Amino acid sequence: MLRSLLPALSLVLVLLAIAWLNPRAISYFGFSLMLNLAIPIALATIAQMFVIAGNELDLSIGTFVGFVGCVTATWLKDAPLIGVLILLGSIGVYALLGALIHLRNLPSIVVTLGMSFVWQGLAILVLPKPGGKAPDWLLSLMAFKPPLVPFPIIAALLIAAVVHFGLMRTSYGVILRGSGGNAAALERAGWSLLRTKIALFALTGFFGVLSGMALIGITTSADANIGNGYTLLSIAGVILGGGEFVGGRVSPIGAVLGALTLALAASPLLTFMHIPPDWQVAANGAILIIVLAARVLISRRER
Amino acid sequence: MKRMLVLGAFAAMLASGTALADTSGKKIAFSNNYAGNSWRQAMLDSYGIVTKKAVEDKVVAAADIFTTADKEVPTQAAQVQNLILQGYDAIVINAASPDALNGAIKQACDAGIVVVSFDGIVTEPCAYRVVVDFKDMGKQEIEQMAKFQPKGGNLLEIRGLAGTSIDDAIHAGILEGVAARPEFKIVGSVTGDWDQTTAQKAVATILPSLPDIVGVVDQGGDGYGAAQAFAAAGKPRPTIIMGNRQDELQWWKEQKDKDGYQTWSASIAPGVSSLAFWVAQQVLDGRTDIPHDLLVPYLAFTQDDFEAELPKIVKGGVASHEYTQEDAIAAIKANIK
Repeated sequence: MLRSLLPALSLVLVLLAIAWLNPRAISYFGFSLMLNLAIPIALATIAQMFVIAGNELDLSIGTFVGFVGCVTATWLKDAPLIGVLILLGSIGVYALLGALIHLRNLPSIVVTLGMSFVWQGLAILVLPKPGGKAPDWLLSLMAFKPPLVPFPIIAALLIAAVVHFGLMRTSYGVILRGSGGNAAALERAGWSLLRTKIALFALTGFFGVLSGMALIGITTSADANIGNGYTLLSIAGVILGGGEFVGGRVSPIGAVLGALTLALAASPLLTFMHIPPDWQVAANGAILIIVLAARVLISRRER
Repeated sequence: MKRMLVLGAFAAMLASGTALADTSGKKIAFSNNYAGNSWRQAMLDSYGIVTKKAVEDKVVAAADIFTTADKEVPTQAAQVQNLILQGYDAIVINAASPDALNGAIKQACDAGIVVVSFDGIVTEPCAYRVVVDFKDMGKQEIEQMAKFQPKGGNLLEIRGLAGTSIDDAIHAGILEGVAARPEFKIVGSVTGDWDQTTAQKAVATILPSLPDIVGVVDQGGDGYGAAQAFAAAGKPRPTIIMGNRQDELQWWKEQKDKDGYQTWSASIAPGVSSLAFWVAQQVLDGRTDIPHDLLVPYLAFTQDDFEAELPKIVKGGVASHEYTQEDAIAAIKANIK
């Protein structure tokens, strides 16, 4: 019980700390600003969650998000049809990777580490120097100001609800998680493990594309290195949200909460604490370790 | 004494005819995306020294420094957004990307915050840009070279980090200089990444294939490496333009003491961060006549004054200069045409 509440609990704790340090941040304007960059992180975390559900790890998601960002700021604006085709094609590449990893029984860490350089190279090819511009519809979508509830919160709820329903409430969702939980049993029951792996990787690609587009919608312009930090953030977000590296144990709602917590703990909390500049970088790491350690401690006590 | 200084500063402002508002209640934040090399450390030091005094003198209420944990654009964009929430009146920024932070910068401007970028500038029109005239620096390298090598001859060029605007500008300046002085000819070009080791390797590799070289034009951080490469190859020592690094000036001094070796040194002063701070202060002061693009001079040393500077630079560091409010006012004035 405590375990499933933990992601929400840590988010509340971070929010309380922020409210105490800077009451001004707890407002419509404050949440819009603090959380809007958490949307792409949440989407990248969901992407990472799908591969983790299948006992794999994606080390290329960060550079993939960067690649998508570069395509979004160039092709998708100037030639939307080609842009869409490139993005669909990149999801196809992800599906193929899933197939390759399953058929040749390759370690996903090695394959995706290799792919991370491929995506990075392609990103630089698409956008050799920082620039480009997000399509106008994307800009206005990300700058959307709904009444009462800030857009990032609505977006987070929507992402969590959709993925939760798809992965936790549908029968194929159970199969997908089962491929990480007990692959042998699933295979004996007549399900194709190749197909589940392809589905999981394609979903990762799909949410990676959403993440890159959301990011560019916020920053308005792209940089080939823009997503590099997302690889580790997304893994940490999944784990913080109650997921496990093996066993198909993941939680979409937890992952979104984990991503929000990380986004808030890493930046606003740190900025509001007024730590001397020499210590800021180390403090950022320390906050991450404390947040993750708290999760490990509590889940261990449960066993 | 302090009060005298402040009064002096105010007098200077009055002299320029634009002292309008009081900035003693204003808070200025510094958003920095990287602190991992000697130049950035010197940049932070200069900024710290100048702003600490400005706060003590009650010129501004606060001047806090924020460094992001990684070099990533989204981290800095989030940081800028947090600074908006913190209620700062101005943000001085060394940005991770010229374009990709524009969304956050625009949000800051919309919230009524003054944004001044330097070194790593941002292209968002509402922000101010403090830019060093790198092109002129490149051109000046050839002009200086002409003094030491009046007969002209073959030059070797060492480029900086590929794909950066700085490398582009210095290179363009050097080409312009060579075009104006046809007695010089660039016979080889290597990439040194502003790093002594990289430059040494690159120069050592190209040296055997080159004719006699009279001079090396470079971008700073690569002069000492080039000197080592020439020495190792047993080639005669050319006139190597230096880049204000401690090891470069030290080598220059050794050569000067030995046989009166002459050269010239120039680079961007890390203390340009303090200039950006004063520009922000001036904007907060109510000045509306400040151009959004400010071209400021680079820091240069000649045969006569480099030895005085040498002891002030920490080992492995780079020469810096802390700018004063008067410097900023003068720089702004020079940019108003």
